[in-house]
Amino acid sequence: MLVLSGIAIIVIGFALGVHPLLVVTLAAFASALAAGHGPIEVVGMIGKAFVDARFLAVPWLALATIGLLERAGLREHARGLVRRLRGATTGRVLIGYLALRQLTAALGLTSLGGHVQMVRPIVAPMAEGAAERNDDAPLDDDTRALIRANAAAVDNVGVFFGEDVFIAIGSILLIRAVLEQNGIIVAPLHVAIWAIPTAIAAFLVHGARLLLLDRRLRKRRA
Amino acid sequence: MIGLDAIGVVAGLLPAAVAVHHAMHRTTPGWWRSAGFWALFAASLIAGPWLPDVANGVIVLAMVALATAGLRPAPVPTTSDDERAESAARLGSKLFLPALCIPAVTIAGTLLIPDGKIAGLALIDPKQVTLVALAAGATVALGFAIRLTRAPRAAPAAEARRLTDAIGWAMVLPQMLAALGGIFALANVGTWVAAGVTSVMPLDTPMVAAVAYCIGMALFTIVMGNAFAAFPIITAGIGLPFVIHQFGGDPAPVAALGMLSGFCGTLMTPMAANFNIVPVAALELRDKYAVIRVQMATGLILLAVNIAILTIFVLPGAE
Repeated sequence: MLVLSGIAIIVIGFALGVHPLLVVTLAAFASALAAGHGPIEVVGMIGKAFVDARFLAVPWLALATIGLLERAGLREHARGLVRRLRGATTGRVLIGYLALRQLTAALGLTSLGGHVQMVRPIVAPMAEGAAERNDDAPLDDDTRALIRANAAAVDNVGVFFGEDVFIAIGSILLIRAVLEQNGIIVAPLHVAIWAIPTAIAAFLVHGARLLLLDRRLRKRRA
Repeated sequence: MIGLDAIGVVAGLLPAAVAVHHAMHRTTPGWWRSAGFWALFAASLIAGPWLPDVANGVIVLAMVALATAGLRPAPVPTTSDDERAESAARLGSKLFLPALCIPAVTIAGTLLIPDGKIAGLALIDPKQVTLVALAAGATVALGFAIRLTRAPRAAPAAEARRLTDAIGWAMVLPQMLAALGGIFALANVGTWVAAGVTSVMPLDTPMVAAVAYCIGMALFTIVMGNAFAAFPIITAGIGLPFVIHQFGGDPAPVAALGMLSGFCGTLMTPMAANFNIVPVAALELRDKYAVIRVQMATGLILLAVNIAILTIFVLPGAE
C-alpha cells in the first residue's frame, strides 16, 4: 500500500505548485523506499533510469537551427504569409494542420511535427497571423497565449489520433506483444483498423472546437 | 556501430555549448547555477553510460537542486524586430527549408536505411535508425541554416542558449518522468492500482466492464503520464479477464480502444510533460496548464466515444 505514496506526492506536489523536478524526485524516493530499496540504491536507480531515457534529449538538437531561423525572421515570414491569404482564420489554419498531422502520422511519418520544430517557428505564428488579418492591431497577451496553446494542442491531438492507424507504430507493437504474452495472436492491421473510427471522431470533435475558437476570437476582437 | 551511446554524445553537445556560453557571458548574479545545470546535463548525456549508476544519480540530484534554487535566464543579443522583418522579406519562404530539412532527413533515413545497413555494412543499430536520422537531420539543418542566413560565428551557440533558457528545466522533465515511471514499475505501483479499480467497481455487466477498462486506462495514464506504461497493467487487470474472456470482446478492437482511451488521458495530464508542459515553455506561455486546458474537452469527449464504440460495436449482447 505504501508504494502508492509516490502517487500521492505527485498529486499534492503538483497541486501546491512545488517545483516539478523536486516533486518527481521525492515521489521516486517515497515509492522506492516503501518497496524496500535502500537510499543509496534509490539514487542509483534514478541515475540509471535517467540515463536510459536519454534518447528523449535528441529532439532538442533542433534548437540551434530554429533559433538561427527565428533570428533571420522565420516567424515574421510565416505570420506575413498567412496575413496575405484570403479567408484564413486561426481555426482554419489549425484545422489544416490537424488534418496534415493526422494523415502523415497515419502513414507513419510522426516526425513531421513537434512543438519545438514545427509549432513554435511555423504553426503558431501562422495561427497568430490569421487572427491579426482583419485589423492591423497587434494581439493582446491573453489572446496570443490562447492561440499558441491551441496550436500546441492541435499537434498533440493530430499525432495521438493519427499514429495508431499505422501498423508499425510503437503502440500497435506493444498491443501485439502484451496480447501475445497472454496467448492471443492478433494481426497488426486488425488493430489499426479499429483506430480509424476514433481518428475520425477526433478530427470532427477537435475541428468543431477550433471553429468555436474562431467565434470566440471574433467576439474578443469586436 | 552507431547506437544510443553515440547519439547521447551528440545530444550532449547542445547543453554543453549552452553551459560554456553561460560561463563566458556572466551578466546575471546567478549565472553559475545555469552554467552548472547545463554542464551536468551535458555530462549525463555524454558520459552517462560509462559512469556508475550512483554517480549518475548524484548528477541528477544536483541538477534538481540547482533547478529548485532557480535558473536565471540572461538576455542574449539577437536581432531586432526591424532586422527580422528585413531579413524575412529578403529570404522569403527559403527560411522554411532548413526547418523542414529536419523531418525530411529523419523520414528519409528511416525509410531508406530500415536495417541500419549502408552498402552492406551494419553501420547503425537497427533499433535506433530513426534517432540517428533525427540527429543527422538536425546537424544538416544547422549547417544549412548557417549558410542560408549568413549567421555570424557566435550566433548558433547564442541562439541555442536563447531558446534553451526559454524552455529551461522543462527540458529534463520528460527524462525525469521516464525515470519515475521505471521506479513505479519496479515498486509494483501498477498492480496496486489495478487491484484498487477492480475492488471498487463490480464488473458484472459488459457495459460496466467497458467503462472500467477505458476509464481505468485514462486514469492510470494520467498518473503515469504514459499510455504505454498503463496498457500492460490495466489490460492484464481488467481488459483480459473481464472485457475479453468473460464478456467475449474481440481482442484486437478491445486493445485498440483501450490504448486510445489511454491517449485521451495523455491529453489531460501534466505528467505527460513532453506533450503538455514542454510546449508551454517552448511557446513562452505563463499558465503552466494552458495546453491541458485546451485539450481537456477533446480528451473527455473522445473517451466517451471510445467507450461507446467498445460497448455498442465490439461487445456482444451489450445494450
